[in-house]
Amino acid sequence: MIVDRLDINAGSFEAATGWQIKPEGACKGDVCVPLDRSAGAAGGFDLVATADRLGMGIVADAEAGLWSIGPESLGGRSLATAAAPELSLPDVLTGADVKLSSFRGQKVVLAVWAPY
Amino acid sequence: MGGAEVLRPIVEAARPEHPSLLDASHQMDALFGVTNIPQVLWIDEDGMIVRPAERGSPAPQPTEDPFAKWVFEIMARGTTHPEWYGDRVRDWAEKGPDSEWVLTPEAVIAASHPRSRAVSEAAAHFALAQHFWCTEGFSARALHHFERAHILQPENITYKRQAYSAWSFAKTHEDAARFAQSPKPGDEDQWPFVSEFVADAKQYLGLDLSAASPRPGPST
Repeated sequence: MIVDRLDINAGSFEAATGWQIKPEGACKGDVCVPLDRSAGAAGGFDLVATADRLGMGIVADAEAGLWSIGPESLGGRSLATAAAPELSLPDVLTGADVKLSSFRGQKVVLAVWAPY
Repeated sequence: MGGAEVLRPIVEAARPEHPSLLDASHQMDALFGVTNIPQVLWIDEDGMIVRPAERGSPAPQPTEDPFAKWVFEIMARGTTHPEWYGDRVRDWAEKGPDSEWVLTPEAVIAASHPRSRAVSEAAAHFALAQHFWCTEGFSARALHHFERAHILQPENITYKRQAYSAWSFAKTHEDAARFAQSPKPGDEDQWPFVSEFVADAKQYLGLDLSAASPRPGPST
């Protein structure tokens, strides 16, 4: 997630990371992480504090005026929950976006490869 | 490296019955912890991951192509299970949750790739490297962020492959460079990063990539 300002709102954060900001905290699948709302900005959402709470690395490139936020690192593993997050990627042949959730009701094998 | 135009001829030749998707922004890493290829994960009918990203090498196929033979040999070296990965998938397809390969949610999380805050920072650096490479070419700051990603997560071979492919294509503008993932044997000094490739692949993945590859690479 790359941003050129840190005062983004919760909706933008959710769209980029899959973490939804709810009254009980930042939630993804069956996991909710309580947040300290006392110092919140941008409608109660504080990107830096939330990212820190979720173990997300924040890297700044001052020259370019950009920040990059890495994925969560809760519990020291790449998955915080076994509930599959939404994934939307373009089909190589058609260019149309394909959503992982559109395969609900079927078994899905995600095989990752590259030609290199 | 490259976009749909690079992948299209490969997908068209394979004529798969399933969608083939392009992950230019490495979402598979951020969302599922994919750190190398080929890696595979399984998701059941309810949207629950029942096996996290793991090595999923295919069984060797009959081929006369020297490079294909070499790839199969490399993949077989790191295989620790007696059956081929496809057999596991077929078992799951047949037995569903009763398959011995299905993991509980807790086991899925525990078996997912380790991710520390440093690894998350590596992903953030990698995203910036990709951004700069796409917007301004292989610039000094693209190199800087690729290197920071390499250092912070040395076991992520995908970061190294992508960086080398981008660097070698920027240097040579040869189509073969799009498929380069590390210097050819004998050209090891043609690795522009402070990180290691062959040594890290051996240390973290148990892959010995030092054997000569028969594949022609870019002229470095």
